Amino acid sequence: MKNADIKRLLYTHLLCIFSIILSIFIPSFFLENFSVLETHLMWLCICSVFVTAVNLVLYVVVKPNASSKRSSLSYKVTRFLKCCFYFLMSCFVFHVIFVLYGAPLIELVLETFLFAVILSTFTTVPCLCLLGPNLKAWLRVFSRNGVTSVWENSLQITTISSFLGTWLGAFPIPLDWERPWQVWPISCTLGATFGYVAGLIISPLWIYWNRKQLTYKNN
Amino acid sequence: MGDDTWKDLFPGAFSQAFFFSSFNVRDLHTVDNGIMEHLYPTMDSGEWDVLIAHFLGVDHCGHKHGPHHPEMAKKLSQMDQVIQGIVERLENDTLLVVIGDHGMTKSGDHGGDSELEISAALFLYSPTALFLRAPPEEPEVVPQISLVPTLALLLGLPIPFGNIGEVMAELFSAVEDSQPHSSALAQATALYLNAQQVFRFLHTYSAAAQDLQVEEFHRLNNLFSKASADYLRLLQSPQGAEAALQTVITELQEFLRGVRAMCIESWARFSLVRMAGGAALLAAACFLCLLIAQWATSPGFHLRPLLLIPVAWGLAGVVVCAGLLATTELKLDPVVLGAVAAMGSVLHILWKAWAGWGSKRPLAALLPIPRPVLLLLLIRFAAFFSDSFVVAEARAIRFLLGSLILLLVAQLHWEGKLLPPKLLTIPRFSAPTGPSRHKGTHALGLGVGLLLCIRLAGLFHRCPEETPACHSSPWLSPLASMVGGRAKNLWYGACVGALVALLAAVRLWLRRYGNLKSPEPPVLFVRWGLPLMVLGTAAYWALSSGADEAPPRLRALVTGASVVLPRAVAGLAASGLLLLLWRPVTALAEATMGAPRMRTVLTPFSGPPTSQADLDYVVPQIYRHMQEEIRGRLERTKSQGPLTVAAYQLGSVYSAAMVTALTLLAFPLLLLHAERISLVFLLLFLQSFLLLHLLAAGIPITTSGPFTVPWQAVSAWALMATQTFYSTGHQPVFPTIHWHAAFVGFPEGHGSSTWLPALLVGANTFASHLLFAVGCPLLLLWPFLCESQGSQKRRQPHGNEAEARVGPEEGEEEPLMEMRLRDAPHHFNVALLQLGLKYLFVLGIQILACALAASILRRHLMVWKVFAPKFIFEAMGFIVSSVGLFLGLALVMRVDGAVSSWLQQLVLAQQR
Repeated sequence: MKNADIKRLLYTHLLCIFSIILSIFIPSFFLENFSVLETHLMWLCICSVFVTAVNLVLYVVVKPNASSKRSSLSYKVTRFLKCCFYFLMSCFVFHVIFVLYGAPLIELVLETFLFAVILSTFTTVPCLCLLGPNLKAWLRVFSRNGVTSVWENSLQITTISSFLGTWLGAFPIPLDWERPWQVWPISCTLGATFGYVAGLIISPLWIYWNRKQLTYKNN
Repeated sequence: MGDDTWKDLFPGAFSQAFFFSSFNVRDLHTVDNGIMEHLYPTMDSGEWDVLIAHFLGVDHCGHKHGPHHPEMAKKLSQMDQVIQGIVERLENDTLLVVIGDHGMTKSGDHGGDSELEISAALFLYSPTALFLRAPPEEPEVVPQISLVPTLALLLGLPIPFGNIGEVMAELFSAVEDSQPHSSALAQATALYLNAQQVFRFLHTYSAAAQDLQVEEFHRLNNLFSKASADYLRLLQSPQGAEAALQTVITELQEFLRGVRAMCIESWARFSLVRMAGGAALLAAACFLCLLIAQWATSPGFHLRPLLLIPVAWGLAGVVVCAGLLATTELKLDPVVLGAVAAMGSVLHILWKAWAGWGSKRPLAALLPIPRPVLLLLLIRFAAFFSDSFVVAEARAIRFLLGSLILLLVAQLHWEGKLLPPKLLTIPRFSAPTGPSRHKGTHALGLGVGLLLCIRLAGLFHRCPEETPACHSSPWLSPLASMVGGRAKNLWYGACVGALVALLAAVRLWLRRYGNLKSPEPPVLFVRWGLPLMVLGTAAYWALSSGADEAPPRLRALVTGASVVLPRAVAGLAASGLLLLLWRPVTALAEATMGAPRMRTVLTPFSGPPTSQADLDYVVPQIYRHMQEEIRGRLERTKSQGPLTVAAYQLGSVYSAAMVTALTLLAFPLLLLHAERISLVFLLLFLQSFLLLHLLAAGIPITTSGPFTVPWQAVSAWALMATQTFYSTGHQPVFPTIHWHAAFVGFPEGHGSSTWLPALLVGANTFASHLLFAVGCPLLLLWPFLCESQGSQKRRQPHGNEAEARVGPEEGEEEPLMEMRLRDAPHHFNVALLQLGLKYLFVLGIQILACALAASILRRHLMVWKVFAPKFIFEAMGFIVSSVGLFLGLALVMRVDGAVSSWLQQLVLAQQR
């Protein structure tokens, strides 16, 4: 059971990584002068859309927690609207946190907001997919001994590593190398992306490595 | 004529002199008007060879108003008129040299080494045409030392021996001569004379000192012999080509510049041994701090051997070293002796540690710092080695501090302390400031508030000069430099509002813990002296920001007040601190001092209701320290009526003294800053308050037993000190030192004394270091304070009467707060020692990194610009912090002693 789960986890994660790679290469076929650094905002939007789409599809196909008792249409619609609301809220919260961390308040608002969107894509969207718009469950997953399945464990790892990547991404900004990617928020978005990818790769491996020690309450 | 510094520098050098006092920076006109009165008559009299007029108005105006003030425009146009006047009076054989001795920064100050400060205008004028060619668009930069040989030769004097400057060749073109090459020849002659002089100096110097680079020296030697041979040959055959003359000129110039470069290179030399020794000492000291902070918690720990044995070892080391040096007949170097002493004192403990470690200690015990904090400290350590990060430290430190705060909140959540399980059952998300008053959301709110405070304080930033795109906050300049009247008034209101808010917050805090009720002198001072100080500060600001607009009649009054007011505030603060030291116990001593009151207190029925209330404040706190019989009566007391829990004078006796001391310290420091920095000071108090609360949320209260302050608390405190250093408008470079602080309370200058202005400027620069170091013991005390809140909150659901009143049965589990510390005096002392050592370690790591960076990167392009000033500032800050830490700990000890004697008195009075 567990090994099969881990295998499925690995495949889904590979698909997510693949979607990010696609978001880098596909648009250059359709758009003139597309590059990740120069048309960064465009790439941010595309990457966000791609990752969201892949996450949703995977959620529908794999169904990690396959118990939805009520399946009426209205329930689904409200759930979906709630998810959208949560996503927007998380974007705003991230934006506020960036500003509190020292991002410019008025200049580069669009850049900062899109950065918040992509970070929400990497963190909030998987949470919404896996846990639903249920803050209680979120808080449970992100505390000690709170995880109840392989999926939640990997969610924890990817989210934390996305945040870590973002955090580390801020470090090159003051350096005087004068590279195009040192501009706010490019280094941070790249950091977030690398952190997310690293989390996607690490989490199945880490879970596989520690599968003996990991005991979940429900399993 | 003009600046009277000339008189001190060259006494008796002038045949005629008109000097005016130069030290008062506020005075824009005395010197200039004095010069203008005498300048033209002297010029017209013709009885002079050299006339020096040193105007000071522009310099003073820059210091006072900055470069973009209407006053500056007036001053500059006045200077223009002066120059025009001189030009009209010049005779044909006269050269007018207009020079600035320095430039100014964007704020109008100078003294550093930034491009803006060290570049100044040079204007040469003579009625005869000086330059044959039209001057180039971008004139070349002339080093200031080149003025000496140029003026000397032009006046027909020998060039001074020690000069290594280069004559300005263009000035030596003989125009009237009809010979074709005469001007080139004149230039070559001037350069040759100059080169000869420099060559002579170089030879004498190299014979005396061995520090010149040999190869370079030989190369320059050859260059000079070749050039002089060429020159002499040309002299003998004057019809030589223009080209040959030009080559001679270039060669001579190359020689002169080569000498200058070589001297600059070799006069900046480093003693590697001392650098390595210093770094090793620093590292050992840091390691020691860490080690002893670890040991302190182990049971068999005694303070005395820790102090005596190292001193003995150090003395022994000094004696041995001095003996060795004396026998080998080497020079006694105090620096080496000091180093040996320090090394000796450290060695013993290191050896002991080594011995202890080998036997039982695992490696992990040596790194007691939790991993995230260790990572943070490592990042901080590494950041000192990159000039970009040192330059951007203001932003980096805010980032790190924010990260640490979020980490604290996240850790609280991770440990499950943030959100009690109750909240987890609430399905909907409630905002952090929502109705639920859980500790968790409380902590979240604290974190967000802290981030907000840090961000707001970040608005008061001064840009380092290395980042030209950045704009310094306009709020750092004093209000006097503002032009608009309305905005000025608004800002003034905001500053006074910040002062009042600070005062109100401190009073509110003291009242909350009941420390404002006692009639002790410090408390009275807090009640009446602090508002007086606020009033004085506000009045001083009003005067200093609008002094120029005062009507002339009141000017004397205004100047008098601007002398008296700051001194009065500082005096009030000092007297307040003395009072605090004299009577640090702010608990309700009234009920206990006199024996008769005492009796009424302890017999509940005979006393008036007020003393009943008094008793109820005191008793819960002291009953542990009373004897059994008192205890018995106490219980009777309790069974009589409702008890009050809100008054914890003894429970907060330590921190009340600390907070009062900090406020008293903050006010004079505030006065030294520009007016609008008061907002930052308000933020400072607010954010340290929030941080203390946040930290206290994560620290479990140990009833008795070793008290420890976690590393994250100490690191956050140190980070916050640095952050405040930046947000009060400082930068670790010399151009940004707030020199005007020296004139607060001394608008006329200080005369010849230097220590007082140095003290004032130092207090301005290291205000945040001082405040945070003195406040360091609060880190230990605060969790005990928060205990009361926790218990209050626990009780709130119980009674819906006034929140302070609870039933008698609950009086038994009274929070003891800081009295817990008194219950375990040994642990208390150890905890204080440990706290101090931890703080010193965190600061020591920083200064070690700075020292290493400055020594390893000593040939770096930025070493004099970034690393060395950073090291000097960090070292000074470290000294100030150590002194402040010592003072803070001493204050706590003093309070401790006072509390002991107070309790003793109480018990004695009872026994009588």
